[in-house]
Amino acid sequence: MTVRQPHVIRRMTLISLFLMLILIISIFLAISVGAAGGNMKNVFQALLGGDTSDSMLKTIIWDLRFPRALLAALVGATLSLGGLVFQALLRNPLAEPYILGVSGGSAIGAILGILLGLSNFPGVSFTAFLGSMGTLFLVLMMSSGASVLKKDSLLLAGVMINAFCSAVIMFMVSLVQDSRLHNIIFWLMGDLSMAGMDQVGILSAMLIPCFILMFRLSHDMNLLLMGSEMAMSMGVHIKVVTYTLLIVTSFMVSATVSQCGLLGFVGLIIPHMLRMIFGPDHRVLVPACILGGASYMVLCDLLARVLSRHGELPVGVITAMIGVPLFIYLLMKSKQ
Amino acid sequence: MKKAIEVNNLNHAYGNVSVLTDVTFSVPEGSFFVIIGPNGSGKTTLLKCMSGMEKVPGNGVTILDKPMHHFSRKDLARKMAMVSQNVMSDFPFTVTEVVLMGRSPHMGVLGLDQKHDIDIASQAMKFTEVGHLADRKISQLSGGERQRVFIARAICQEPKIILLDEPTSALDLAHQLRVMDLMEQLKKEKDITIIMVSHDINMAAMYGDGLLLLKEGRIVKKGKPADVINYEILEETYGCRLLVDQSPLGEYPRITLVPEKFAKTGG
Repeated sequence: MTVRQPHVIRRMTLISLFLMLILIISIFLAISVGAAGGNMKNVFQALLGGDTSDSMLKTIIWDLRFPRALLAALVGATLSLGGLVFQALLRNPLAEPYILGVSGGSAIGAILGILLGLSNFPGVSFTAFLGSMGTLFLVLMMSSGASVLKKDSLLLAGVMINAFCSAVIMFMVSLVQDSRLHNIIFWLMGDLSMAGMDQVGILSAMLIPCFILMFRLSHDMNLLLMGSEMAMSMGVHIKVVTYTLLIVTSFMVSATVSQCGLLGFVGLIIPHMLRMIFGPDHRVLVPACILGGASYMVLCDLLARVLSRHGELPVGVITAMIGVPLFIYLLMKSKQ
Repeated sequence: MKKAIEVNNLNHAYGNVSVLTDVTFSVPEGSFFVIIGPNGSGKTTLLKCMSGMEKVPGNGVTILDKPMHHFSRKDLARKMAMVSQNVMSDFPFTVTEVVLMGRSPHMGVLGLDQKHDIDIASQAMKFTEVGHLADRKISQLSGGERQRVFIARAICQEPKIILLDEPTSALDLAHQLRVMDLMEQLKKEKDITIIMVSHDINMAAMYGDGLLLLKEGRIVKKGKPADVINYEILEETYGCRLLVDQSPLGEYPRITLVPEKFAKTGG
């Protein structure tokens, strides 16, 4: 008898390369398509930097669309990775930063930070982080700590906290007419249009080390799925790993929320799709979620830009319209 | 004889509720040891103290002549494996993937498997007769099959000791027997010390070299099956009527529960 086990490294590399290719294509699409310079030939010329190229289009592509695509990629990667981690940790396939209310908490923290006049970085990032940790703590407490496995109580707690956060966000934004604060739509439906290269730089500096750390913990996540007792007996430092994952995920999510507002259900759709295709091994899923989530968000943002006839849609509208039906489907499936 | 595990004056409490009081015993290496007792007697907590899941102060628990806290998590995982109760995973790992997880304490952080690891997993699966299930999803297996997969995973850790929490409680008769026989085979062929929490006193009598009877967190009796399985002791401990005689299979004590309607005439 032989045991066939495709070597993990090889699988991971192949899958990552494939998804990387999709990400590159998505980003290329995102920087090519738009109101200006619809002609592909012009876009190519602008990209390759030929002399005859349209300098206006070049500016649009490199100063507007490119940072925006990168921002979308970072946010998508973070949110789907966040969903993957919460699902593994809470052993609940419906867990996701937005559904659990963690995103909402970050937004409240970010708004408070802005109103207090803190600098964008590190001040507002820090208050957003506190907000996300606060809501995470509340959700876990409300679904009564030890029995985190109880699927419904966890979701219910998340929904309540989310509703409360949305109300508080609207209240705060409408109460203070502060030019530093974005509008309500920005916070509740997400917006990537304000992207600039410096923003992308700060976010990458915060997020990429987190991605690496998550990958390092990916095998421990596999073991945790066997239950905490067996995981521990296989050598996992349960508490250290669990707290690290929760804190780092909250940090990543809050960093993106404070820059782009609330984007729901990304952390639901991507991990589920990838798990269905590639299986449950987190050593494969962590890089796959980073790359796949990035592509997904880039494409969603592209849709948001292109679909609307007047101005553009908030990208959160797109992610919610795709994500909510999936959520309902998964909920019905898990009830069986 | 060398001791696999030694428990010294162990006291354990959850908050103000004392669960274990002054528990002292030792398990010789290469023996089959069964912990029995009524519900809430502290059996599972005792197992958790031995596995390191619950923190134990000082020299409360000694593993292979070394105090528990001298082991790192990984070192401990190379000496001792654990099979928990009713592990159900919603996540669709294959049997091979689950069994290979048992190699983790011998591998790096990412748990990358070498040929050597796959050979060991292969042998373990052969041993517990789950080789034909290698590519099946763990969530699609029956309770008995899943338990054998988890045991194969434990064997992969190449431990000296295996702890099991009621491994047969959810299984039908054939699977109960198979799991118990597997444990005995592990003891005899690989010299692994087996420590098991069980509700099944008759099984404990037939397989156990040593028994420990707990009630309300205290040791009522420890020793060979014949010493522990005594009707006065058991009636007192469990608070029910029962008979003890000898199994037709040999010199093993056997209990029979006595229903109310036989109480007046019975023993």
